[in-house]
Amino acid sequence: MSDRLSVFKTYKLYVGGKFPRSESGRVYEVTDAKGKWLANAPQSSRKDTRDAVVAARKAFGGWAGATAYNRGQILYRVAEMLEGRKAQFVREVAEAEGLSKSRAAEQVDATIDRWVWYAGWTDKIAQVVGGGNPVAGPFFNLSSPEPTGVVAVLAPQESSFLGLVSVVAPVIATGNTAVVVASERSPLPALSLGEVLATSDVPGGVVNVLSGRTAEIAPPLAAHQDVNAIDLAGADDVLAKELEIAAADNLKRVLRPQPVDNWSQAPGTDRMTAFLETKTVWHPTGSLGASGSSY
Amino acid sequence: MPTTASPAHPLTDVTSSDSTLRRFLHGLPGVDAVGLEARAASLGTRSIKTTAKAYAIDLAISMVDLTTLEGADTPGKVRALGAKAVHPDPTDRTTPATAAVCVYPDMVPAAKAAVAGSTVKVASVATAFPAGRAPIAVKLADVREAVAAGADEIDMVIDRGAFLAGQYLKVYDEIVAVKETCGADARLKVIFETGELSTYDNIRRAGWLGMLAGADFIKTSTGKVAVNATPANTLLMLEAVRDFRAQTGVQVGVKPAGGIRTSKDAIKFLVLVNETVGEDWLDNHWFRFGASSLLNDLLMQRQKLATGRYSGPDYVTVD
Amino acid sequence: MASAFEYAPAPESRAIVDIAPSYGLFIDGEFTEAADGKVFKTVSPSTEEVLSEIARAGEADVDRAVAAARKAFEKWSALPGSERAKYLFRIARIIQERSRELAVLETLDNGKPIKETRDADLPLVAAHFFYYAGWADKLEHAGYGANPRPLGVAGQVIPWNFPLLMLAWKIAPALATGNTVVLKPAETTPLSALFFADICRQAGLPKGVVNILPGYGDTGAALVAHPDVDKVAFTGSTAVGKEIARTVAGTRKKLTLELGGKGANIVFDDAPIDQAVEGIVNGIFFNQGQVCCAGSRLLVQESIQDELLDSLKRRLATLRLGDPLDKNTDIGAINSEEQLARITTLVEQGEAEGAERWSPACEIPASGYWFAPTLFTNVTQAHRIARDEIFGPVLSVLTFRTPDEAVAKANNTPYGLSAGIWTEKGSRILAVANKLRAGVIWSNTFNKFDPTSPFGGYKESGFGREGGRHGLEAYLDV
Repeated sequence: MSDRLSVFKTYKLYVGGKFPRSESGRVYEVTDAKGKWLANAPQSSRKDTRDAVVAARKAFGGWAGATAYNRGQILYRVAEMLEGRKAQFVREVAEAEGLSKSRAAEQVDATIDRWVWYAGWTDKIAQVVGGGNPVAGPFFNLSSPEPTGVVAVLAPQESSFLGLVSVVAPVIATGNTAVVVASERSPLPALSLGEVLATSDVPGGVVNVLSGRTAEIAPPLAAHQDVNAIDLAGADDVLAKELEIAAADNLKRVLRPQPVDNWSQAPGTDRMTAFLETKTVWHPTGSLGASGSSY
Repeated sequence: MPTTASPAHPLTDVTSSDSTLRRFLHGLPGVDAVGLEARAASLGTRSIKTTAKAYAIDLAISMVDLTTLEGADTPGKVRALGAKAVHPDPTDRTTPATAAVCVYPDMVPAAKAAVAGSTVKVASVATAFPAGRAPIAVKLADVREAVAAGADEIDMVIDRGAFLAGQYLKVYDEIVAVKETCGADARLKVIFETGELSTYDNIRRAGWLGMLAGADFIKTSTGKVAVNATPANTLLMLEAVRDFRAQTGVQVGVKPAGGIRTSKDAIKFLVLVNETVGEDWLDNHWFRFGASSLLNDLLMQRQKLATGRYSGPDYVTVD
Repeated sequence: MASAFEYAPAPESRAIVDIAPSYGLFIDGEFTEAADGKVFKTVSPSTEEVLSEIARAGEADVDRAVAAARKAFEKWSALPGSERAKYLFRIARIIQERSRELAVLETLDNGKPIKETRDADLPLVAAHFFYYAGWADKLEHAGYGANPRPLGVAGQVIPWNFPLLMLAWKIAPALATGNTVVLKPAETTPLSALFFADICRQAGLPKGVVNILPGYGDTGAALVAHPDVDKVAFTGSTAVGKEIARTVAGTRKKLTLELGGKGANIVFDDAPIDQAVEGIVNGIFFNQGQVCCAGSRLLVQESIQDELLDSLKRRLATLRLGDPLDKNTDIGAINSEEQLARITTLVEQGEAEGAERWSPACEIPASGYWFAPTLFTNVTQAHRIARDEIFGPVLSVLTFRTPDEAVAKANNTPYGLSAGIWTEKGSRILAVANKLRAGVIWSNTFNKFDPTSPFGGYKESGFGREGGRHGLEAYLDV
């Protein structure tokens, strides 16, 4: 009995809920830590980024307008689907990052738990960062957080799965939609994540995953006038500065790269608040005076 | 049976000027949108089965204004539509006829010929349907032609631009003029285009305005825009006709049009009628569905009730 | 109401739920008989048929359950929050999967319409577990300090009006924060809590974390008085709530109470009338009026009283009373013979005091416990039916002239749980809401609940809040 030949997966982008190739027709080699060929990944172009932003914008109204409970349910469903695909991701992470199977398994477990953590935030972040303000006048004054819109996310170059999810989940948990640039060296777990999102009731366009050369596709995103914010986690210092300058053209909210030794550590809330606007509304309540005609 | 709208009733003086009309319309009770939609949705959970379902399906069929309003309409198309309206299901002659066919004014003669000898009425849209953007003379001429050709009913559109600009008396006067042109021969349905009026408060005001002007039916929409009849906007109109009859003694019909595709949808609307205005309106003289594809779904559901089997498109006709 | 359009029977099938002939107590992960072998029967209030025979917990059982909870507490509270969260998420999802079965069960045991258990109770139950699951690993963000700790063993006693929902309100936050629980469901509605025990089994919840002790008032009293209980949570009548407050006095036990109410539903002359009518109906006839936050007093502005009452009576005529398992039923059975007797007595008192009684025509089934929706008009604050909680489908209608008077009358009660405000004017909503002494205020709506929204009363309606970030406080050592 000879060894069975495997069927290679053709890795595609994940845009608008579908799996297209790069419009440029280009691919690039992805290798494991030892240089062995793993797959060809799409090499996205600026036009792919353009299409992804269109998809993300189209999805934003529905996603931001869904109830927090509904978003939480969907994020939890992603965790359910990931749990079922643990073996697949353990293999992909091990290959991508040169980890042993057990270390890769730790990463995947932590990633699933990270999704669960963010699933539980959707209907709580407003209670933590919003609230009534006791203004000195006859007004009911309420501050509430709202998602900023379309967020470009440069996923960390090194942590191809846990780091990826740690930057993507907070963006969508808060009602934003995302255009994600996968790690250049290790894009495969990110592209596979698209398959999971597609089967988890995540509406098309809420998350869009592009692979390719970070230095090529990050700049058009940073300059894009219809992108509201950008997470520079995957940019080196030189590129990050260039991107931050470009982002200033429409005053994108910028999350600068922060060194992260250990993605397993409990995140705080800043990856969520970075992409939330605060809306404060005043409502007159009638006079605070004694009884009578103030209603 | 309560009379159809006539010019003399206790509220006649509110139309004496633009400002009295505005004050009256703006003084009507407000509508809480969340509450209205919740009530409509709640009534949508009624479970209509067996005998009740059979009753509702037959009633719904009898309430359909089978409609074709396309640029490509021809006498041949209208002939087919008319034949279907008269005998909707060739395999089952017990199926009721629809209430009417609804066509453009120049198709009225073909429609009349197609339904001759049956109970099916011919309704014609008019007044520069669907946009209503034409001089009043053109709109009235449109109506005159349709009535002269023998239309039993006229479905007019109001001037939404005038309404949204607050020119209520202009809108009122136009409806009155159209009603006059209909004469005693044709009943008048007044279309508000609820999607363009946009707010429930506007829909309530338009409803009262139409009824004050003598509408025999108030109708939600042309079916030509993105948002047409919904359970909530139809519920609101049912409340308006209920209140109007309570205040004036005059009964006015309601016609939701556009976006009603399935029997389930239609039955939900009949539940709204039943629990808001009651059985006085459960009759095609007072309630209609403006629809085209709805009829085939009603027929398939009717077939399922009769045979116990799910039906399919091959067992209902195209028109 | 007779109409050409008669709704045919639309029964929800009972086949989906399998009720065993008997159930034991659920202690330390297992079902057992009561130590003294006592049992009681639970009936379906709409037909009076016996549904099952249930073990009745005595003091020895309470002791054993508390010990099991104490033993389980050590490990449970030491688990990382993210692990506790995952147990609770599992429970939430299983509840969703089994919602239809649980809805039918709850309708059978409680008497409320399937439309309500299906569309209101069960979705909220699942949502509550889902919401609190998400807090388990985020307590440091809840505003109670960097590392808030649980209290220990919680003794929880819940009522019969929303059996599974009240269980969710109690157990979800308790477990999320790291406590273990001993819960006593009401004696007329033990079944959904026992099915919940089975769901805990399916979710793999460690033994002893949740213990269910069916029983009567004596079981509850023993639980509340048990020296090794750290936290007591009670939802029920104000009278019993006061008893419990006396019982825990001088101990270290933390207490939260969710008690009765006599909510005022205030309708101003510029209210959206059709929606206000729906809000009034929902406020007092949802769950047959057996709701602590029911809008049992209608305060209507005198200038529109006649118009509003006409609309209301017309609307009441469309209410359908009957078999709770029929999907078109709006008004189900009263939960028990005792409750029916209480309602009847209070209503007779109302008549004796001179208020005018009205009900729409209603066909009352031959067996079961039923009370037709009832209005009392010409009621004043001096009438008993304006003060005493009836806990049934009975609305008392009072009038007011000005907003000040409405506020004064609304607040003129020892209770303070809920209120409703109906007006199209936003500033009036806020001004009136500012002055009402009630823990939950609904404007242009009523009886809306959400796990994120804190619920609880002022004054004799109790203290403490359930739901939201605020709901965590009751179960934390803060």
